[in-house]
Amino acid sequence: MQFPILSVIVFTPIVAAIIILLIPGERKTEVRVTALAAAAFALLLSIWAYFSYDIQAGGYQFLETYAWLPSAGISYQVGIDGMNAPLVLLTGIVMFTGVLISWKIDDRPREFFAFLFLLATGVFGVFVALDLFMLFFFYEIAVFPMYLLIAIWGWKETREYAAMKLTLYLFIGSVVALIGALAMYFTSGLGTFNMLALEQAGFSSNFQIIVFPFVFFGFAVLGGIFPFHNWSPDGHVAAPTAVSMFHAGVLMKLGAFAALRVGIMLLPQGAQFHMPWIIVLTLVNVVYGAYIAMVQSDFKYVIGFSSVSHMGLVLMGFATLSQDGMLGAGLQMFSHGIMTALFFAVVGMVYDQVHTREIPRLGGFRKIMPVVAVAFIVGGLVSMGMPGFSGFVAEFPIFMGLWATYPWVAIIAVISIVITASYIIRIITKVFFGKIPDEFNDHVQDVSVLDKLALVVLSAVLIGIGVYPPLMVPIVSSGVEHILRLLGGA
Amino acid sequence: MGFIADHLLTLILFSPVLAAVIIFLIPRDQVRVVKWTAFILSFIPFVLTLILWLNFDRQELGFQFQEQAIWYQAIGSSYHVGVDGISLSMVLLTTLLTPLAILASFTIKDQVKSYMILFFLLEMGMLGVFLSLDLLLFFVFWEFGLVPMFFLISQWGSEKGEREVFGRKIQARTYAAFKFIIYTMAGSLGLLLAIQMIGVVAGTFNYQELLVGWDSIQGSLFGIPAPIVKTIAFWAFVIAFAIKVPVWPFHTWLPDAHTEAPTAGSMILAGVLLKLGAYGFLRFVLPLYPVQAKQYAGVLAFLAVMAIIFGAFAAYGQSDFKRLVAYSSVNHMGFVVLGIAAAAFAANTQNATIALEGAVLQMFNHGLSAAGMFFLVGVIYERTHTRNLNEYGGLFPLIPVYGGILIFTSMASLGLPGLNGFISEFLVVRGSWPVFTAFTALAMIGLLFTGAYILKGIKQVLHGPLNEKWVGHLPEINVREIFVIAPLMILMLWIGVWPNWILDVINWAVMTLF
Repeated sequence: MQFPILSVIVFTPIVAAIIILLIPGERKTEVRVTALAAAAFALLLSIWAYFSYDIQAGGYQFLETYAWLPSAGISYQVGIDGMNAPLVLLTGIVMFTGVLISWKIDDRPREFFAFLFLLATGVFGVFVALDLFMLFFFYEIAVFPMYLLIAIWGWKETREYAAMKLTLYLFIGSVVALIGALAMYFTSGLGTFNMLALEQAGFSSNFQIIVFPFVFFGFAVLGGIFPFHNWSPDGHVAAPTAVSMFHAGVLMKLGAFAALRVGIMLLPQGAQFHMPWIIVLTLVNVVYGAYIAMVQSDFKYVIGFSSVSHMGLVLMGFATLSQDGMLGAGLQMFSHGIMTALFFAVVGMVYDQVHTREIPRLGGFRKIMPVVAVAFIVGGLVSMGMPGFSGFVAEFPIFMGLWATYPWVAIIAVISIVITASYIIRIITKVFFGKIPDEFNDHVQDVSVLDKLALVVLSAVLIGIGVYPPLMVPIVSSGVEHILRLLGGA
Repeated sequence: MGFIADHLLTLILFSPVLAAVIIFLIPRDQVRVVKWTAFILSFIPFVLTLILWLNFDRQELGFQFQEQAIWYQAIGSSYHVGVDGISLSMVLLTTLLTPLAILASFTIKDQVKSYMILFFLLEMGMLGVFLSLDLLLFFVFWEFGLVPMFFLISQWGSEKGEREVFGRKIQARTYAAFKFIIYTMAGSLGLLLAIQMIGVVAGTFNYQELLVGWDSIQGSLFGIPAPIVKTIAFWAFVIAFAIKVPVWPFHTWLPDAHTEAPTAGSMILAGVLLKLGAYGFLRFVLPLYPVQAKQYAGVLAFLAVMAIIFGAFAAYGQSDFKRLVAYSSVNHMGFVVLGIAAAAFAANTQNATIALEGAVLQMFNHGLSAAGMFFLVGVIYERTHTRNLNEYGGLFPLIPVYGGILIFTSMASLGLPGLNGFISEFLVVRGSWPVFTAFTALAMIGLLFTGAYILKGIKQVLHGPLNEKWVGHLPEINVREIFVIAPLMILMLWIGVWPNWILDVINWAVMTLF
């Protein structure tokens, strides 16, 4: 039998969580080392899976199927294609770096890491699930620990509010999506939740047109689509650093990815019917999100709203339903995941030192924490879509896709690039350059080696893909071709 | 030798990155080692360029030393580089000025290591623009060069001066760096959109394929007649490049950026960065949009003449020595654009060829003289800590060698026959006179004011009553500084006396541009 690599990736975090819970709570170092070892193991496996995916062969690989509840047509089935292989890798990277920068957490680290890993299992599970029921199952597993992580370890001012808001939004979204999914299950007449089978179910176009909005918006809430994006900046800001990284870096991709896999891939005709107006919403995301980010004075809110803007680009790429647009969206999911994880890590490091995030009060941190400054600049350049960094590689095809489908959207959306540039440059000059305010002069220190390692890993990935796109483009292209076949066959 | 010959352009392009990595590995407190390593490493691209120059076949049409590799296959873009006469002369200018600028930066005290790394990255960005034969790759390098320049201005720029923006006081160098990057990025947006559109329509970014594919598109695009789409795209290109050149009225970022940048930054900014815009006109606007270029050549020529005249007036009105030199760039680059406009209007005639030869040579010459002038401003600023022309006066007896060099370089900038500026401006005027007679005549009048502001600069610094406060406080130009300026002076004289060695290279490329 083939080594069940995907299952091992999915269940490594949860096994690690159980082991961590068995360690006595006061032995914090052991907890951390165990967490790091598990994260490193999952990362290595996801790297292995990513690079051993056979692009020539395409399709779903590393398939595993076990009957789970055969009478209801539910099976445990996992596999990766070109679309989700990068996302599994992304989760591995964010998890590893998230553990690195959470080293300092001193308030019940055992429970913190256990919940974080539970979340990670959910995320891995959604990405690799090929069974609709399993996808929901893992989806809920991913949302639930988020509430506790924010409410217990979050920022004291808003954590209860933000955690509640986030959970309500996401649960309502998932219920709406579940209605659509059940409709598919019962209408198909196949008696199965297997998505590979449902892809071929041949739903009537009226059915698709009615059900598509349920599924797409239900999941797109988690992707931060306008006007349901409101939970996300609050949630980002209130969450502790590693959770923000996970949240913006991976969780929002979960929404976009599920909207793609369940919405667009299973209901292609519905997608074709609805996308012309959905793209307008995503355009609002992109431009309005960037504008709101520009006027924030809280460092973390800037990044939070920038995620809304960038996730808008992902959904916009999907909405073009074109080869280039989808390719770009797939790349943007990965690129934005790494970039925003980097951003939140930096915000957390600055906050830990000075206990404020008010941009006007900060300044001059380049001199004290040079590695952090350089990492933020790298992330900022990615965010601005600067050539040579992964953001450009991702955004360029999205715009090409727009040109081929909705040229006027491309012309409006491009405004967001200038707005993004202006808020990023503002933060860089204000926070990292200039003079250090006197109030922070004595007690601000450089970050630890582990923090630096996390930042270097994230920056290296961003630059690597920017300079040499073939690292990721072919695999995503192969995934896009499969989606296009479904769209074309509709 | 085989490997070097096969990958010469790639080596030239990425040897600055290698240099940056090596410098990165040196401990930050070893300031002397950093400086000397940077200086020595900066000769690698230069030597490779000399090899390129010697092996370049002057009789062969088209691009030479082409290399192509897979880069971003999914959207039809590849790593594709090559040189013709135009890009070769620009590459030579870049790799020549970089070592000189680094030598000029030896007085930098703050964060020397980061400074040198940024400088090498900047060099790579500029070389990439000149070498790319792929529209997307071109854009990648075009944008990439902005980043190091932004930091060079905002971190190592002049420490004095404040500007009030929206009621808040910020450092003048921060303001200038912002203005520089926002102006250029805003211009690039239209360029980006147009490039994307071309990519979608033509299905490729390869320069040679685009020349055929993009030109042959007729009928309608996106429901709009193709000529209108092409005209819009044409203006998107023109505005992006015009901001960079800069053409009046898009020039207002330039005096700020040049004035606030550190000396070596101004040298590269004026010497090479402005050429990127002009190069964009030559490489992309004229070949991709011959029809539109011809149609709107009159507008371009008008803007160029405005740049020449207003640039000269504005330069004359300055009391800041560095701003004076900055505005002189607007004035001189106007001639480049005038030549390009004339060539666009009269494509495929002898006039066009002459005008373009003049334009390309003017790009090279202005690179030499502007870099030289900014350096000389830097030299005197480091000694006096003022750039105010009214505070100098009668310094010739105190610093005779410097005075001689300043007069020589100013004369090259002025266009004195026998020095380089004369040759190129003459060629531009000769080529555009039959095409745009009135505009050219106006530009000649502008030339008169060029003389006026150059002489004003010389007079205020060197002649007139001696300002006593400098007596005994003004050391003469030192050996290191002479080593920076000497190569520039030699080239100025050499091109002025015998321009054929470089015109030979430019000539073929210009004739086949259309």
